[in-house]
Amino acid sequence: MSNLRVFFVGGLMSFRALFNWMNPWIYIPTSLVSPLCQILLFAYVGRAAGVGNDEFYVIGNALNYAAIPCMFAMTFTIGGERFSQTLGLVLISPARRIPLFLGRSLPVIVNGWVTAMFGIAIGSWVLDAHIPGDAWLLIALVVAIGSLASTGLGLVMGAINLVWRDGATLGNVVFLVLLIFTGTNVALDDLPGWMAAIGRCLPLSHAIEATRLLGDGASWSSVQGLVGTELAIGLVYVVIGLGSLRLFEHLSRTGATLDKI
Amino acid sequence: MTRLRQLAVCYWLQLRVMMFSAFEGFLQVVFPLMFATAALLVYRVDGDPDAMLFAGIGAAAMGIFTSQTTSAATLMQRERRSGTLELLVAAPLSFSYVILPITAAMATLGLYSVVAVILWDWWLFDLPLHVQNWPVFVLSVLMATFTIALFGFLLSVTVVRYRTAWALGSALEYPGWLLGGFVVPLQLLPDWMLPLSYSMPTTWAIQAMRAAADGKSAWFDLAMCLAVGLVYGLLAAWLGSRLVDAARREGTLALS
Repeated sequence: MSNLRVFFVGGLMSFRALFNWMNPWIYIPTSLVSPLCQILLFAYVGRAAGVGNDEFYVIGNALNYAAIPCMFAMTFTIGGERFSQTLGLVLISPARRIPLFLGRSLPVIVNGWVTAMFGIAIGSWVLDAHIPGDAWLLIALVVAIGSLASTGLGLVMGAINLVWRDGATLGNVVFLVLLIFTGTNVALDDLPGWMAAIGRCLPLSHAIEATRLLGDGASWSSVQGLVGTELAIGLVYVVIGLGSLRLFEHLSRTGATLDKI
Repeated sequence: MTRLRQLAVCYWLQLRVMMFSAFEGFLQVVFPLMFATAALLVYRVDGDPDAMLFAGIGAAAMGIFTSQTTSAATLMQRERRSGTLELLVAAPLSFSYVILPITAAMATLGLYSVVAVILWDWWLFDLPLHVQNWPVFVLSVLMATFTIALFGFLLSVTVVRYRTAWALGSALEYPGWLLGGFVVPLQLLPDWMLPLSYSMPTTWAIQAMRAAADGKSAWFDLAMCLAVGLVYGLLAAWLGSRLVDAARREGTLALS
């Protein structure tokens, strides 16, 4: 029961405390306007190059942009605690690490999901890209799994942030890697083999592919495999993230660098 | 002579500070580089060499615009947080002469990005830059750099009262790349967007770069680029002095 409280109540409280600086003046430009502009940029690049259709770029870039809130927020859950001088208190608490950190990831997943769904909905409307009405529910589910997988990667980055302070630069670099390698704007089959191989090990690749298929009218059974793979990749990153947190926490304690800003 | 020395010293100091910053020195180059790569990967699917060259030239200049967006938007806030804004305002010279070298240093990092993207495109996409008129091409890049510094000057003073200006600055990146015709021909954009496009100095600079690459005359585009940039500079100088006067009068200079 206390694990459930740590997971739900602790996660929500932590999110509200760490992101109390978030207001509409920040949220609207960064989480609503920017993804829409990225969608428009690449949709027009696609039109100019005569490659793909608008729906392809709407879905790819909306999901890609979900990585921003997912990864940055998870990184900030560590960096923000350090900045507030509360990281030590969090780590010496008797709460179990798994509900402690996974609880913090739940609001982050929801935030990433909202960003991606907003991008798909408004991007489709602005560019007049047609997505079948009965596909939206399944798309919402796949986007949630993609957000979970991105948050798993964010957990790894949060762990790295225990020993490497510049989380903002790291987050941007990983976002760029996802932009290039996950088939956001070029289908994995059209990427060079080595790039596609890397992309298939990253979060979002399979979610983007599955969402595009659903947008084209595919049935759930035809995307089940892709969704399962995305979920598995996400869980692998979550496990790596939790393991890395334990390792880097140990290194921070032994090196007395936990609160070093 | 004193004025020139002040501009040069300010510029050089700011450039050195930025080059040691992971965010400005590294990310400002890598971010446009990767977006240029993403755009060129799309063009590469079809493989049309003319379209690749079109996109390659524009992609090279993406970093010039990126150099200003977030950095210029947060310039005042950073000075304020560092406790140096009062010193800058109190300096015995016009506020414009203090801010302009800073945005010029930012734009210089964009210049570095141009070289990096050209070499990157050559290496990764086997896309050598075929330019008929190199002197005018280089002049166009320098003009883009100079006028984007004026744009950054205007941006920095315009958002001085927007406390989270970094969010606005980062949101300007993609619209700037789209409207400036960096990797998308302007003919594809809706008509209502074109006045916005042509009110950006970078749009003219990129047209000049493409004209120089094709061996056509780029002088009209360069003249328009300079004219638009100077309008931005004059507007920024006027707005900057008014905002500083207002902040001093109301005692709000240090409020963040």
